[in-house]
Amino acid sequence: MSVLRPLDKLPGLNTATVLLVGADDALLQQLADSMLKTDCASELRVHLARSLPLPSNVNRPRVDLLVFVINLHSKYSLQSVEKSLHHVDASFFLGKACFLATGAGRENLCSVHRNTVVRLAHTYRSPVLFCDLEVEGSRAAMAQRLARMLQISAGHVPGVSAMSLLSLLRSSESPSLEDL
Amino acid sequence: MDETIAEFIRRTILKIPMSEMMTVLEAWNFLSESQLQTLNLRQRKDSLAQSVVLLCEEKCASLSDAALLDIVCTQVHRHQKIWDVYQMSKGPGEDLDLFDIEQFKSSFKKILQRALRNVTVSFRDAEENAVWIRIAWGTQYTKPNQYKPTYVVYYSHTPYAFTSSSRLKSNIPLLGQALTVASKHHQIVKMDLRSRYLDSLKAIVFKQYNQNFEIHNPTAPLQERSVGLDINTDSRIIHENAVEKDKVQRITQETFGDYPQPRLEFAQYKFWKAAMLTTTPQTPTQSLQFHNRFLETKFKSDLNGGILADREEPLRCLIKFSSPHLLEALKSLAPAGIADAPLSPLLTCIPSRGMNYFKIRDK
Repeated sequence: MSVLRPLDKLPGLNTATVLLVGADDALLQQLADSMLKTDCASELRVHLARSLPLPSNVNRPRVDLLVFVINLHSKYSLQSVEKSLHHVDASFFLGKACFLATGAGRENLCSVHRNTVVRLAHTYRSPVLFCDLEVEGSRAAMAQRLARMLQISAGHVPGVSAMSLLSLLRSSESPSLEDL
Repeated sequence: MDETIAEFIRRTILKIPMSEMMTVLEAWNFLSESQLQTLNLRQRKDSLAQSVVLLCEEKCASLSDAALLDIVCTQVHRHQKIWDVYQMSKGPGEDLDLFDIEQFKSSFKKILQRALRNVTVSFRDAEENAVWIRIAWGTQYTKPNQYKPTYVVYYSHTPYAFTSSSRLKSNIPLLGQALTVASKHHQIVKMDLRSRYLDSLKAIVFKQYNQNFEIHNPTAPLQERSVGLDINTDSRIIHENAVEKDKVQRITQETFGDYPQPRLEFAQYKFWKAAMLTTTPQTPTQSLQFHNRFLETKFKSDLNGGILADREEPLRCLIKFSSPHLLEALKSLAPAGIADAPLSPLLTCIPSRGMNYFKIRDK
């Protein structure tokens, strides 16, 4: 059973790899394109996967950041991510994984409630980010944010580690989330 | 010319868009070339309608001529009506008689006129051995209502007839009987198939949908046709699940084929279940909307039983899928990552079984 581990490979020189996991191909592709367009000092690599586990026969670089993309319009997307979570090593959730929920703006099309994703992210002690991947501006902003997070997770930013970023992000959560 | 006929013609003309006016009038073939040339298409439609009525008066248009105009209009705008499909069958051991179209027409008309004294029946032949029939219904005591006719398209070499859904439901049995007897069949059955797109219904019922039509480009390589996303040229993006994606594409292609799907707007499923039903609503792309009434989701049994425990009557649930192009939307579900491939056979069997209204009983 192949489980994705964060530190099982040596890092590449100045390379940072992000793995986007989500059922919605078109959205992942668009996000990947936006991320590559951002101005980033490190060399970015984007891997797209519909679900985990990944095929084992491929030689791939170390994954520095794992982003689970959930489309709030599709329950299938949530189920696919939930299934994939079983194939991730626990140490990823120390700052190298995050959840991205898209489509919250169009309430009438949402079949997954925001809180479901918030609760899921809370269970895994990881940050959850909301955006609308179908809107150019929102996607570009999120891509920049993810690129920055990726740089930190890959260790390219001196003085900030993935764990410290995680604790910084967590302090902005409202205390009522602990009751969920 | 009767005032009612004049009014009928006027109102029919008003329904035709200006861009199609000449096409329709020429297809009607009632007004002469010289008369048509006198029409000024740049004036307002009501003045144009008036001029047409005057020309019709010159030629003493009858009710049947006006009815023919109505048929031509409907043929051009056939998607404005919803069409039902009826299938006729011959009894066992009956010979296949040679079909005589004139005999069919006179027999059909006679049956209706015998039953209801006041009825207007008009015929227009079309391509592929089809005959378009227009029936304006009256009763023993009232004149036919020309503004709520029923249209029937009968393909004479097949047992199929398509009728426009009308609100006057009481005449449907008589219509069925007239069709059956006139075409020398034994029995008529309404199929669970309904749509606005007559050509798609034809394609489904005559099993013609699985042929490639002119618009399909056979020279393009398979990958380019089936992959919905653009092939990305950036080598920094790597698709990990390429094998799975190909599998999904392959399954989709096996299920739906390479050809354009016939066009339907609805699929409706009625469930009767003795036990609880669990369904998960999904909202896929391409404006496929999921309407659900009486939807019951997961039921957790609690000590008190709750409202839904110990039901004696069976649970009923109606699920309706609607879309501008239902089958194409279903075809795109798995490749877009919204549903698992293969899709439920209830969805994929629609063209092959020729049904889009299902009643499912859980025994």
